[in-house]
Amino acid sequence: MTDITREYLRQACEQGDLARLLAAIPYAQLIGAECTRQGDDLIFRLPANRDNIGNPLLPAIHGGVIAGFMELAAAVYLLIATRTPGVPKIIDFSLDYLRAGQFRDTYARCQVWRQGRRVANVAITAWQDVEAEPIATARAHFKIQEPAKPDHS
Amino acid sequence: MAEDPVFERATRFLSALRHCQVLGLKLHSASQDGLTLVLPFSPRIVGNPLSGVLHGGALTSLMDTACGMSTLCVLPEFEVCPTLDLRIDYMHAAEPNKDVYGFAQCYRVTPDVIFTRGFAYQDDPAQPIAHVVGTFMRLGQHARGLTKGGPMAARSTP
Repeated sequence: MTDITREYLRQACEQGDLARLLAAIPYAQLIGAECTRQGDDLIFRLPANRDNIGNPLLPAIHGGVIAGFMELAAAVYLLIATRTPGVPKIIDFSLDYLRAGQFRDTYARCQVWRQGRRVANVAITAWQDVEAEPIATARAHFKIQEPAKPDHS
Repeated sequence: MAEDPVFERATRFLSALRHCQVLGLKLHSASQDGLTLVLPFSPRIVGNPLSGVLHGGALTSLMDTACGMSTLCVLPEFEVCPTLDLRIDYMHAAEPNKDVYGFAQCYRVTPDVIFTRGFAYQDDPAQPIAHVVGTFMRLGQHARGLTKGGPMAARSTP
């Protein structure tokens, strides 16, 4: 259905090419998610976008978009952190909404608390103006593919 | 079921949410017992470009909306109910090229908080692709944000 191949993803991961990686994920394009490096860490950014609004009167970003952005951030973070091209499969996702997501840029940062052989636990924090005042916190469990044997193609 | 006043109210509510329009969410059915939304499949909501499986974020938007809107089924008058928390358990991946249905209902209503639960499915409601629980805050009648000249103003009382 698309011209994105396993090889494309593998290269993007190996080179840590975040823009290329996000460009390969249609949902990331739909909501407009971006990612930049900050030292060793990754900062995800969701620029203000009218199409992401839920409550029209505040206006506020749809809670589902905030969740989707955070889930996406966690998966990409894991993909880069583990350097494996297998897309992590989400097992469950739990999030707490702390403040309304205003119609402005939103940021997210992830932390892998535990990475086992099969499952990883990732915490995600999303904020707008001040990182110490998050609009939402979440945690996700992912099934990670066990390291594949070296492939000589 | 289509004659239910809840259905008309829910349709109007859904049409006011921009992101839901972007996703193409439609009301499938609504009654006092809960409601079901449909998320049409679109290549734009794919999360895994290799498999064509839709992204969990689109599913979360579907279920957050369904759970939030299920409050319309139990409250006598419209109230803004922001999400307090949401949890999604993924049973298995959605199949590409198929619509997803999201059913949600309220199972406990208190003066401050509403507890909701639901599930998402494609062909068979007995084989859900995800289970969801969500808790919503009641802001009360004094904070009927959407009603002030908004889409819910036209008929706020039955």
